[in-house]
Amino acid sequence: MATLLQQLISGLVLGGQIALIALGYTMVYGIIQLINFAHGEVFMVSVFGALATYNWFIPESWQQTWPLALLAMLVGAVVVAVVLAVLMERFAYRPLRNAPRLAPLITALGVSVMLKEIVRLSFPGATAAVHVPRAFWDEPITFKVPGGTVVIGSTGLLVIVVAIVGAVLLQVYISRSRMGRAMRATAQDPDTARLMGVDPNRTIVLTFVIGGALAGVAGVLYGVHLNNVDTDAGFLTGIFAFTAAVLGGVGSIKGAVIGGFIIGVIKTVGGQYLPGGTAYDLVWIFVLLILVLVFRPQGLFGEPERVRA
Amino acid sequence: MTALLEVENLSVAYGAIEAVRDISFAVGEGQIVSLIGSNGAGKTTTLRTISGLLRPLTGAIRFEGKPIESLAAHTILELGVAHCPEGRRLFGRMTVAENLQLGAYVRKDAGVAADMERVYELFPVLGERRNQKAGLFSGGEQQMLAIGRAMMSKPRLLMLDEPSMGLSPIMTQRIFDTIKELQSQGTTILLVEQNALAALALSDRGYVIDLGRTTLEGPGHDLLADERVRAAYLGDA
Ligand SMILES: Nc1ncnc2c1ncn2[C@@H]1O[C@H](COP(=O)(O)OP(=O)(O)O)[C@@H](O)[C@H]1O
Ligand SMILES: [Mg+2]
Repeated sequence: MATLLQQLISGLVLGGQIALIALGYTMVYGIIQLINFAHGEVFMVSVFGALATYNWFIPESWQQTWPLALLAMLVGAVVVAVVLAVLMERFAYRPLRNAPRLAPLITALGVSVMLKEIVRLSFPGATAAVHVPRAFWDEPITFKVPGGTVVIGSTGLLVIVVAIVGAVLLQVYISRSRMGRAMRATAQDPDTARLMGVDPNRTIVLTFVIGGALAGVAGVLYGVHLNNVDTDAGFLTGIFAFTAAVLGGVGSIKGAVIGGFIIGVIKTVGGQYLPGGTAYDLVWIFVLLILVLVFRPQGLFGEPERVRA
Repeated sequence: MTALLEVENLSVAYGAIEAVRDISFAVGEGQIVSLIGSNGAGKTTTLRTISGLLRPLTGAIRFEGKPIESLAAHTILELGVAHCPEGRRLFGRMTVAENLQLGAYVRKDAGVAADMERVYELFPVLGERRNQKAGLFSGGEQQMLAIGRAMMSKPRLLMLDEPSMGLSPIMTQRIFDTIKELQSQGTTILLVEQNALAALALSDRGYVIDLGRTTLEGPGHDLLADERVRAAYLGDA
């Protein structure tokens, strides 16, 4: 019982991490039907952004002071991720907006290789894993359960809370605000949205900004939770997040978050209890993905593909 | 008197297919002007070019005397040209109210809520079901919503692309009555129709378009009486 709960908690922490990144995939796909494969790398770069801010841009006295260090790292990560996402949209994807869909997809792959290599070659020490300071109080919370105790680290709890709160805020913004309406309109029918006076470039940039900001939040949480980062961090996390978005239904905010948590939990709980152990955790994730795609191709919460008149 | 909208020698192509060839027409302030012509004549293409969704190959489009043919669609809407597109194109997964709010997207004044109420008064069925998804409504109700949505931007010129398409005769009459009503309240209307009889009866001026060209033009009742129009579009022998 204790082991199961412990694995469940670890899964939710990992899942929260994945969910924050999956939101970026799902939002961009929802609005321009682009799978922005470089999004995972934006997340990775943002961890280095947080680290750079901590190492070079804040006074030493802040480094020891909670919450100044954490807030500075958050700002650093978010600014880096947002700027990167906006530049990517402007210079890599916008020129290809009317190109065949393969072109932006290949571009996204190219951008991700480029980002990864730039960081690896230019950030001091980034050819191997780099230490990231904790910058958060270090009080694990312990529960007594039948058969033992379960522990949830303070940073882990933070990840779960931020992922859920972030997704709820985003959902409210998209469903209630004027810009949220414009984004949904552009996603449903771009030409008709233009006839309403919606400037598609503005809504698309906003989508990248939101996705980037969430990746930045995920980045700083990743750093302070795991206390290290290397330039491969974006790849696997990106694959998980992309899978979460597809599992939940691309375009759906709720789907991305629930998909993220499902994948996190399968990885940890499945790694513990399913045949093959942790060596097979990825297998179970993709078995589930395939099952969902076979029986419910639009994903758990996606809208069925409509045929446009 | 300069016209509110002037289209001069407009040509538009999709790749190598020239869908509109050298069309010219004008819409005077306060008028209802209709473009009629059979399927594929180039009417929709013309409207989409005026609203900035398509770019002309050659020719000029002027609104209040100013060239608009190279402006962005959202700028053209802000100048006062609204386009109620063919097939209604509602945001089917959004509610009636959200569709109307999107119609008012560019407005920054405080009158949006009051104008929504006016649409609900004009079309009570929309008011009663304002929180239902637009996709659930009948064709006629959807057309009402599409017109209401286009009016929410308070346009000077309202372009309607086949508002009677797929509607029952009673509903068609209702829509044409509404168009007349909007004109009497001061909106200038550019109407595209295949239903030539009803459109011309309503219009101050009509233009017949065939294979991308203007072939006939004149006051609505003159065109109605023209035997070539009757033969081609009204089913008279
Ligand atoms: N997206 C498009 N791509 C290529 N050809 C098109 C497209 N839309 C319309 N056309 C062609 O342009 C011509 C005019 O079409 P359209 O403007 O829709 O006519 P109408 O509205 O009068 O029925 C037709 O021959 C049609 O096949
Ligand atoms: Mg048409």
